[in-house]
Amino acid sequence: MTGVKLSNKKLEKENKVHAIKKSIKNNWDLYLLLLLPVTYFLVFKYRPMAGLIIAFKNYKFNLGYWRSPWASAFGFGNFIRFFQNAYFSEIMWNTLSLSLLQLICSFPVPILLAVIMNELRSKSLKKGLQLITYAPHFISTVILVAIMEAMMNPNTGVFNALITACGGEAVYFFGKPEYFRPMYILSGIWQNSGYSSIIYLAALSNIDPQLIESARIDGANRLQIIRSITLPALIPTAVILLIMNSGKVMSVGFEKVYLMQNTMNVRASEVISTYVYKSGIESAQFSYSTAVGLFNSVINIVLLLIVNQVSKKLTETSLW
Amino acid sequence: MKSVSARRKGGFIHETGFDMVFDIVIILIAVLLSLLVLYPLIYVVSASFSNPLSITRGEVWLLPKQITLNAYQSIITNQDLLSGFKNTVVIAVLGTLINLVMTTCCAYPLSRKEMFGHNTITVFITFTMFFSAGMIPNYLLIRDLNLLDNTLALILPGSISVYNMLIMRNYFQNSIPEDLFGAAKIDGCNNIQTLVKVVLPLSKSIIAVMVIFYAVGHWNAYFDSLLYMSSKDKFPLQLVLRRLLLESQALQDDTGIGQHMAESSLAFVSIQYAVIVVSSLPVLILYPLLQKYFVQGVMIGAVKG
Repeated sequence: MTGVKLSNKKLEKENKVHAIKKSIKNNWDLYLLLLLPVTYFLVFKYRPMAGLIIAFKNYKFNLGYWRSPWASAFGFGNFIRFFQNAYFSEIMWNTLSLSLLQLICSFPVPILLAVIMNELRSKSLKKGLQLITYAPHFISTVILVAIMEAMMNPNTGVFNALITACGGEAVYFFGKPEYFRPMYILSGIWQNSGYSSIIYLAALSNIDPQLIESARIDGANRLQIIRSITLPALIPTAVILLIMNSGKVMSVGFEKVYLMQNTMNVRASEVISTYVYKSGIESAQFSYSTAVGLFNSVINIVLLLIVNQVSKKLTETSLW
Repeated sequence: MKSVSARRKGGFIHETGFDMVFDIVIILIAVLLSLLVLYPLIYVVSASFSNPLSITRGEVWLLPKQITLNAYQSIITNQDLLSGFKNTVVIAVLGTLINLVMTTCCAYPLSRKEMFGHNTITVFITFTMFFSAGMIPNYLLIRDLNLLDNTLALILPGSISVYNMLIMRNYFQNSIPEDLFGAAKIDGCNNIQTLVKVVLPLSKSIIAVMVIFYAVGHWNAYFDSLLYMSSKDKFPLQLVLRRLLLESQALQDDTGIGQHMAESSLAFVSIQYAVIVVSSLPVLILYPLLQKYFVQGVMIGAVKG
């Protein structure tokens, strides 16, 4: 009995090996094509991951990655130094509050926009709205921040011209920490909502028209149709995007924060990535800043895994 | 299309006063939103053509006042800006070319399910989407490769965007009929010949999508050049822009309002707007023509794969 089973297994295994050999022989040119891309990922993505080891060392340029001495506290000295930094809680708070606020404020906007586009009966109006709202996505971060700085300049900007015309006092928006987060989030909504709505529009185009028609025959008005057909159809897409975004909660885009930052609003605008840039590139504390960055990435991936699991349980939608 | 006509038919039977009001409200919201999004763009263009004095007096709010081309005249002679433009065009053309070749070489094999190990390799690659070493190890790598202050440092590290590669793979998997692969095999094509003779000619739309995604990315890139570049003559456009705008900002902050401003710093007020217009022009002119392609790209990317 067991002998037969064993030989069956052996046969299966042999067949499998044979199939693999055949596949490799038939597809050798596919492997050849993959050679360059795989080399790219090894060199530019995985090799730096090996470089992460310096987070646990005191990296010295002349000693290299491997011979540099280990950091104190069993290699965790750099991490401990960051936790004990006087600005640690401020940086953490800035990072978390900025990205969470951004997630909460900007997440619903593309959904609403897609619903509005979907409800427009005039095709040309819909096309026009799409053309206009997608456009800001293609403006670079440098330009976006430049537009904001120009329009909000206390002396020459149009916003302050409006405020003073209404009898108010000109505000130096970029110089006040309390304006940093609202400016960051609102400009993000302006720039990305249109583009992000495309994916929801795609989901809406998959709704069966008969479903809507029968709802109409049952006497539903359009608001009721939105509530009970359109919005539920968007939930799976929304959940996937929410999971994806939650994996980025700790990594607010470096570029925009860095570009909007100045010495006056730094109390609100110093986030982990700008701190890594300053302590790493500007002050050349490579080990310390690598540790801070690694701490950041690990939290990101843990958050992603948690949200993915929770969503798997609750909605049966998950990334993998 | 179908859903619109179906709704119209339904509406014919059940059009209520509520739905008519609803229609008007939706149109109003749409118009309002369009204006809100457009306003900053219109304002920037208007300000770039206006006399700086009327900008500082707050007279420009929608249309240009006292139209002048002074700002544009002074920026076309700016050497830094010119060299930034040139560098960025080189980076965008060369970079996009490398992106296309590398992304195709990666996406095509991974789209062939009969290839042993394609799942393992996909996992190996998509992992880098969720976890990356971060700024400092990447910087040290570029330094170790002796690529600091080399234009290649702005091109090679981003050779493949995993997201774009997955879009392309999905396209190969879902939009090219499986029969064609069999037919090509019978005709004696190996996989590379199939790619060149059968798959690529049928993939013009996805190639267009890739060109747009990558080229716009190169045009707008700033961070990598901030990290890696140090010689002024190699700076790409965005880095030049940033430095120029910082200068003008500092001048505006230092001096007082309107008439008290020095002539030279007053000129900067409209120059900054002209710089913004000129540098976003290529992207925004091409944008309406290319819109359908990137919408397509997002849609293909949305297919879970």
